[in-house]
Amino acid sequence: MTESIWITGIGLVSSLGEGPEIHRAALAGRAPVVDAEGFAPYPIHPLPPLELDRQIPKRGDQRQMEPWQRLGTYAAGLAIDQAGARALVADMHLLVAAGGGERDTALDEAVCAEIARLPAEEAGQRLNAMLASGLRPTLFLAQLSNLLAGNISIVHGVTGSSRTFMGEEAAAADAVRIAAARLAEGRGGIALVGGAYVAGRWDMLLLYAASGELRQGGWAPLAERAEGGGLVTGSAAAFLVLETENHARARGAAGLARLGAVRSGAARRQGEDSAEASAAALAQSLPLRPGHAVISGASGAALPTAAERRFLAGLRAAGPAPGQVVHSADLIGHAVEAAFPANLALAALALAAGDAPQALVTGFGVWRGEALALLEPVA
Amino acid sequence: MTETAPPPASLRDHRGRHRVAVTGIGLVTPLGLGVAESWAALLAGRSGIRRITRFPTAHLKTTIAGQVTLPEGATGEVLTSPARVERMAGLAAAEAIAAAGLAGEERFPGPLCLGMPPVEVEWPHRIALARQALDREPGPLRYPALAAAATGQEALFEQCLFGGVGERLAARFGTTGAPVEITTACATGASAIQLGVEAIQRGEAPAALCIGAEGSVQPEALIRFSLLSALSTRNEEPERASRPFEKNREGFVMSEGAAALVLESLEGAMARGATVLGLVLGCGERADSFHRTRSNPDGGAIIGAMRAAIADAGLEPAAIDYVNAHGTGTPENDKMETLGMRAVFGEACPPISSNKSMIGHTLSAAGAIEAVFSLLAIRDGMLPPTINHETPDPAIPLDVVPNEARPAAVRHVLSNSFGFGGQNVCLVLGAAPQA
Repeated sequence: MTESIWITGIGLVSSLGEGPEIHRAALAGRAPVVDAEGFAPYPIHPLPPLELDRQIPKRGDQRQMEPWQRLGTYAAGLAIDQAGARALVADMHLLVAAGGGERDTALDEAVCAEIARLPAEEAGQRLNAMLASGLRPTLFLAQLSNLLAGNISIVHGVTGSSRTFMGEEAAAADAVRIAAARLAEGRGGIALVGGAYVAGRWDMLLLYAASGELRQGGWAPLAERAEGGGLVTGSAAAFLVLETENHARARGAAGLARLGAVRSGAARRQGEDSAEASAAALAQSLPLRPGHAVISGASGAALPTAAERRFLAGLRAAGPAPGQVVHSADLIGHAVEAAFPANLALAALALAAGDAPQALVTGFGVWRGEALALLEPVA
Repeated sequence: MTETAPPPASLRDHRGRHRVAVTGIGLVTPLGLGVAESWAALLAGRSGIRRITRFPTAHLKTTIAGQVTLPEGATGEVLTSPARVERMAGLAAAEAIAAAGLAGEERFPGPLCLGMPPVEVEWPHRIALARQALDREPGPLRYPALAAAATGQEALFEQCLFGGVGERLAARFGTTGAPVEITTACATGASAIQLGVEAIQRGEAPAALCIGAEGSVQPEALIRFSLLSALSTRNEEPERASRPFEKNREGFVMSEGAAALVLESLEGAMARGATVLGLVLGCGERADSFHRTRSNPDGGAIIGAMRAAIADAGLEPAAIDYVNAHGTGTPENDKMETLGMRAVFGEACPPISSNKSMIGHTLSAAGAIEAVFSLLAIRDGMLPPTINHETPDPAIPLDVVPNEARPAAVRHVLSNSFGFGGQNVCLVLGAAPQA
C-alpha cells in the first residue's frame, strides 16, 4: 500500500520573483535581492511585486488578509495552476506550515510608548483601553495562523482537509512528511503542502533579534558571514502539489520530480545529541548516487550552519561525491516556515530541467529541527 | 524463512489498520486539576466560569472566563500564554503517562502530537522591552528600539517560538522524533489526536502522546474575540453565561485548560498488559471554503466530517449512542450543529451534550478535553449534561441532556470539533474490547 509520490505542481515566490524559470536560472548562481535599509540594522530579502488579482481575484478576500496570508494564498494558486489541478481542489488535502500573522506594529509602538512610562499599577487598565479602541476587527483573522489555510480553502476551494503545522522550519518538514505518508498509504490522491514567510516585519524581527542570530549591517554570502549573527531572513512562499503516481498518471499529469524519503528529527543540540548527529541518523541508508545536487537549507545561524557544514562533509567523506551544492540562503535568504518547501521546489526544478540526477534537500532550524528529503527524477 | 502468523483480527480494524487504544488520560480544566476532579464536577453540573481576576478587566466587554488556577498561580507570577500552555500541557501529560503505567520510563515510546494556540511575544514581554529600551536611550519608542533591547534575550526567543513549547515537553517526557505542533483553530485538540492515531495506524510508531492545550485568556485575546462579537457578555452571571443549544445563547465563554491522551496500538497495549480505557475508532475531517468564521449554510463540511468519522470507524450512524457536541453557545454554531445532527442521524438523533456549558470554550484544548470526557462517559455509563438549559430553542429539536447528568449504556461516542477557517474534525471513540 506504499505508493510513489510525485510533485506535479510548484508555486514558488521569493525576493527574486515568481515562477519556475527565474528560480531555475538562479540555481546557476546570481546576486540576491536585498533590502538593507528598510529594516535597518537588519538586512532582509523583500517581497517582490505581485499581481495579486491573478490568484486572489476578489478584492474583499485581499482586504481580509495581510501580506503573509496573501503571499501564501498567491503561491498556493500558482502550484494548483502548474499542476493543472483546479478541478481537483474539492478533495485535495491541505497542509500548511505557518507562523503568526502580522501585528499592527503602529498600535504596538503607540501602546509601548505610553505604557512604558506609566507606573505598573496603571499599566493594565490603560493597556485594555488602548487595545479596545485601537485593534481592528479584521486583523484578528489576518493574524490567526490557521487562516492562511483558511484563505487557501476560501480563495482556491481546497477542502479535502486542512491542517496547519506550527514550529518554524520543522513544521514545514513535518507537513511534507505527513502529507506524503498519508498519500502513500492511500488516504487521498492529491495534496497541497507549503508555507510562506514575510521577512519585512518588525514583529518577527523582534523575535529573531532575541535569538542573537540576526545579521546586522550589509549582506554577505553565507560563506563570508562571521561566526554568530549570520541570519538574514527572506520573504518567500512555496507550495507543492503532491500526488500519487497512479493518481497523476490516471489524469495525464506530468511529474516534475519524485519525492523519495522525507525525514525529520529534533536534536536537543547539547553534547552528543547534536544537530549533526541527528541529520547523520536521518541520512542513514539514503540511496544517494554520485553527482547528486545538494540544496542546502543552512540559515546562517551560527550553530546549525556549522553543524550542517560538518554533516555534509561527513556525507561526502563516507558516500558518493555530490554534484552542485546550492545554499538557498545565498539566493533567497532564510524563509523559516517556507524554507524547506522552497528548497524542495528548487530541487524539483533542477531535476525537471535535467540539471541533476538526484537532489538532497537539507533543513536545519535556527533553534531546533533537522530534516532531509531526497528527490528523484520522474522515470 | 518462517511465516509470521497474522495478528488476530480484533487487533486490526475494518480497514486492516492497527486498532488504537487509549491507555492513559490527563486533564486540567477550570473545574479542577486532574481527571477525577474535573469529571466529578462535570457530572455534578457545576460551572467553572468566573469573573476574571488574573488581570484588570476595565474597558473589556467580556469580563468572565474559564480560568485554571495553577499550583504556582498564588505567587503572583505573570504567566504569558506560551508559559501557561506549557504548564497545563505538562500537568495533563504527566497524569496521562502515569495512568498509562509509563511513568518512570526514560523514553516515551512514540511522538508528541501537540495541539496548541499560536503564541507570540506578548504584552508583558513587550512592555518589559519598552522599559529596557527607555533605560538604554530615552527617545521615541519604536520597534527598532524594542528589537535592540531584545537582542540576545534567548529565553524570550525560546519561549515565544511556536516550536518552543513542543520541544520542552518532548524533552521532559522523552517522546521520540520531532515533536509535531498543530493548530486547526477550535478543532486543534481533535487534530492532535488524529495525528497520533494516524501514526499508529500506519505503523510509524507504537504509541503517541497527544495533547490539546490552551492558555490564551489574556486581555488582547478577549478584545479580539469581542470584536468578532463571538463572546457572551453575561458578565453579571458568569455561571449562567455559557448556554449551548439554549434559546438565549449569545456567544461562547473563553476558557483554558489541557488534556493529554496516551495512545497505543491495541496490540502493543495488550502485549504489555496495559489497562485499555477505550478505543479511538475513527477520525473524519473536512474543510469549508465558505467564509472565515461561518460555515456554509448547507452544512456540507460539518456533515461530511461527521459522516467520514463514522465511516472511518466502520460504523453506521445508528451505532452512535451519544454525541459530545462542539456546542459553543454561539447562535451560529449550535444552529449548524443541529443541522448536521439531523442530516447524519435523521429523526433518531442520539443524545448530544456540550461540556462547554460548564468549562467554557477551551479553544485549542477543546477537542482533546472533550475526547477525554467522551471516554469517561463510556467508562462510567454517564452522559454529562448541558447546563443552563432554561428555555429550549424550538429550532433545536435535540435531546441535549438538559441540566442533569444521566446514566446510559454508551459504546460509541461521536465527538465534534468545528473551527474558524473552515476546520471540521470529528472523532469516534469506543469502549475497550471485552476481555
